[in-house]
Amino acid sequence: MEETQAHTPEESAEIRAAKAAWQVVKEAFGEAVSELDANPFMPFFEVLDRDRWRDIALFLRDDPALLFNYMACLSGVDYPDEEKLGIVCNLESLGKHGHRIAVKVKCEREGGAIPSVAKVWKTAEWHEREAFDMYGMSFSGHPDLRRILCPEDWEGYPLRKDYEVQETYHGIKVPN
Amino acid sequence: MQELGTSEHSSLRVTPQGKDRVLIEKDLSSEEMVLNMGPQHPSTHGVLRLECKTDGEVVIEAEPYLGYLHRCFEKYAEKVDYPAVVPFVDRMDYLASMNNDLAYCITVEKLLDIEIPRRVEFIRVLVSELNRIASHLVAIGTYAIDLGAFTPFLFCFRDREHILGLLEWASGARMLYNYILIGGVAEDLPEGFMERTREFVTYFRPKAVELQKLLTENEIFVKRTKGVGMMPADVAINYGWSGPMLRGSGVDWDLRKIDGYSVYPELDFKVCLPDGKLSDIGDSLSRHLVRAMEMEESLSIIEQCLDMMPREDGFNPRAAIPKRIRPKAGEVYGRAENPRGELGFYIQSDGKSTSPLRCKARSSCFVNLSAMKELSMGQLIPDLVAIIGSIDIVLGEVDR
Repeated sequence: MEETQAHTPEESAEIRAAKAAWQVVKEAFGEAVSELDANPFMPFFEVLDRDRWRDIALFLRDDPALLFNYMACLSGVDYPDEEKLGIVCNLESLGKHGHRIAVKVKCEREGGAIPSVAKVWKTAEWHEREAFDMYGMSFSGHPDLRRILCPEDWEGYPLRKDYEVQETYHGIKVPN
Repeated sequence: MQELGTSEHSSLRVTPQGKDRVLIEKDLSSEEMVLNMGPQHPSTHGVLRLECKTDGEVVIEAEPYLGYLHRCFEKYAEKVDYPAVVPFVDRMDYLASMNNDLAYCITVEKLLDIEIPRRVEFIRVLVSELNRIASHLVAIGTYAIDLGAFTPFLFCFRDREHILGLLEWASGARMLYNYILIGGVAEDLPEGFMERTREFVTYFRPKAVELQKLLTENEIFVKRTKGVGMMPADVAINYGWSGPMLRGSGVDWDLRKIDGYSVYPELDFKVCLPDGKLSDIGDSLSRHLVRAMEMEESLSIIEQCLDMMPREDGFNPRAAIPKRIRPKAGEVYGRAENPRGELGFYIQSDGKSTSPLRCKARSSCFVNLSAMKELSMGQLIPDLVAIIGSIDIVLGEVDR
């Protein structure tokens, strides 16, 4: 099974490719990106200077050695212990190099903002709207940041760990 | 004659003629009109609302509004344990529950150290491919009915019923199966299931050709779909399209080949791409053609599974299921090729709890639909129906 092979000391080709890709980013952006967490499931690095996230995203997409042209997924995440919210982006070079990497960006829990990459990958527009809807972080420079799944006048951000559902909605009792 | 209304655009005048007042149009109004399509419109395939800004018959922009079916599956997933998420996953894309289950289970299995029995892998692929055909039949049938062809719809639903019967026999449910479990499947295939599946394959092959002749080569159908809703390959990738949508734009990309999960690497099948003879690559017809071709590929995969599946007496498909599912700490993004594209799950485990810390579903329909605004620009209203149908959305998965 592939899953069990991933635990052998030998690195899989996927992790080697992720390391090589991270190396290119690290050389270009230095301290703005963290070390690579080369775990066998989902190798990722974190953007430490989040103001540069859009530049890094554009670099990831357009650098000839990287060409991460496909954003598979963008998930919002809550880190209550660190008092932070964040996003995890799963990127892939579709039809070009074929390598994959995940990128994390974090912001403050209250009033935090992450630069939007909706202009880099158009698919991010709706994913970011969903993350905003569920976690409440803002995406600066997003073309149309509104709630997407919940109603416009819903209170609170449902996927936060400390979320408490509102008692009534337009006079209707909300089941808990 | 008296002027009606006070706005300077008002163009209506009233002429008193006996008891009746006749409205005369002075000059045609040329303002944009906002037209709501849905949430109960039949061609939106569920509860989707499109707010269309129209200029006469031309759509300037169509903005989708979703969330009518939102159940916050992701919040539920954080409250229940790993195996209990499977029934929720079933209810996302309710036309392809087996494929959803497979995508979720292989994602969780990545975090667990378990070996899946070979027979289980073949059963999983077999039922998933059966479900893929059933799902494509609904997609094609409802697409035909959107464009005014009623008969193909009946043909599709007649044949789909055979598949639902087979899957009901295996799992006990018609649509929401809860059959593929983490580490195994719920039950072994019933006695005689494989023979009946073979009969179905023999029965369905000519029916697929018949459907091809009836619908795909129909001149009206071709005229309604060819060149409508064009999507170039690079824009499709930028929008995160996947599955038949991306292949319709001519990109050779199938996760069954790329990721090679389960036993797909051992099976012989090809990635279906439009050849550009009947359709323009990237239009609605291409996407329909890909689905039609994929049904035949799935039939071939099913036959191979039936031939290659190891037989064991007294086989226990639940043998590899762990007593307690508590994955090690970590994050994983797993995915599978669903009938509608890439269904991905991002799962975070803290290593202590028996329920996921975070479980995000990357819905293929949600992502495919996000290009609607761009696709609809400058199209005619009847073409809008042809475009939505070709995206093949299931609102249960869009809204989750």
